[in-house]
Amino acid sequence: MSSLFNVFNISGSAMNAQSQRLNVVASNLANVDSATSANGTPYKAKQVVFSAIPAGSDHVNAVKVDKIIEDQTPAKMIHDPHNPLANADGFVSMPNVNVTQEMVNMISTSRAYQNNVETMNAAKSMLQKTLTLGQP
Amino acid sequence: MNNLDALFGFNQTALKVREQRQELLAANIANSDTPNYKARDIDFSSALKKALESSGLDSSNSPGLATTSALHLGANGSTQAAAGISGDVLYRKSAQDSVDGNTVDGDVERSQFTDNAIRYEASLTMLKSDIKDMLSAIQGQ
Repeated sequence: MSSLFNVFNISGSAMNAQSQRLNVVASNLANVDSATSANGTPYKAKQVVFSAIPAGSDHVNAVKVDKIIEDQTPAKMIHDPHNPLANADGFVSMPNVNVTQEMVNMISTSRAYQNNVETMNAAKSMLQKTLTLGQP
Repeated sequence: MNNLDALFGFNQTALKVREQRQELLAANIANSDTPNYKARDIDFSSALKKALESSGLDSSNSPGLATTSALHLGANGSTQAAAGISGDVLYRKSAQDSVDGNTVDGDVERSQFTDNAIRYEASLTMLKSDIKDMLSAIQGQ
């Protein structure tokens, strides 16, 4: 199979991985104030880890989301004695989501996604030009 | 090998190598956020030379300029192609190291990707005009 067709697989895998990353960013931002969860602890920020996987020919790698890890930084302690979740000293543990970091992550994800769309478009126009070979 | 094969062979091989390079560059762009991924690329001129040799076309068949004096510069590619490693997938040298061990530089990869796409289209145009020449030769018009 033509190498150019494989560009679709490679860029497609990267777009898939980046949209999963965007999903995780959305989850982190949505839960920035979730002081409790199903297991009673505050929400923990999540991060995706990408890994390269072989794609078709030698030396060429696509991407996949290897795992999603939980951020291990300690929960933020907020003084709010009226909150039912407050401890004896009046502190509530809040999620360890860093909003600035998540926004940067979001922009980086969006740019990476755009890059891969451009790559795919370039491969598409190259293939279309090749198809017109030999036509008057 | 017949004459048509010899005529189209050079640009056909060039297109094949350009295609392989485009695939490698796309993989680099796709892995721009993968930890410990190392950007790969090929040296086009040596890869083309190797591909031409393996397809039975030696690079003397490639379009070039005749050198009638020792002072003339060779332009048939064979004099410029590096000896030794040919057609091997190499690792790109990174200008700046990143914390996660990734050596993909987005700007370099994007510019190389566009450059390669344009050169692919150039080879395509040349192949097209070769075909046009042969068509007008057999039609005799």
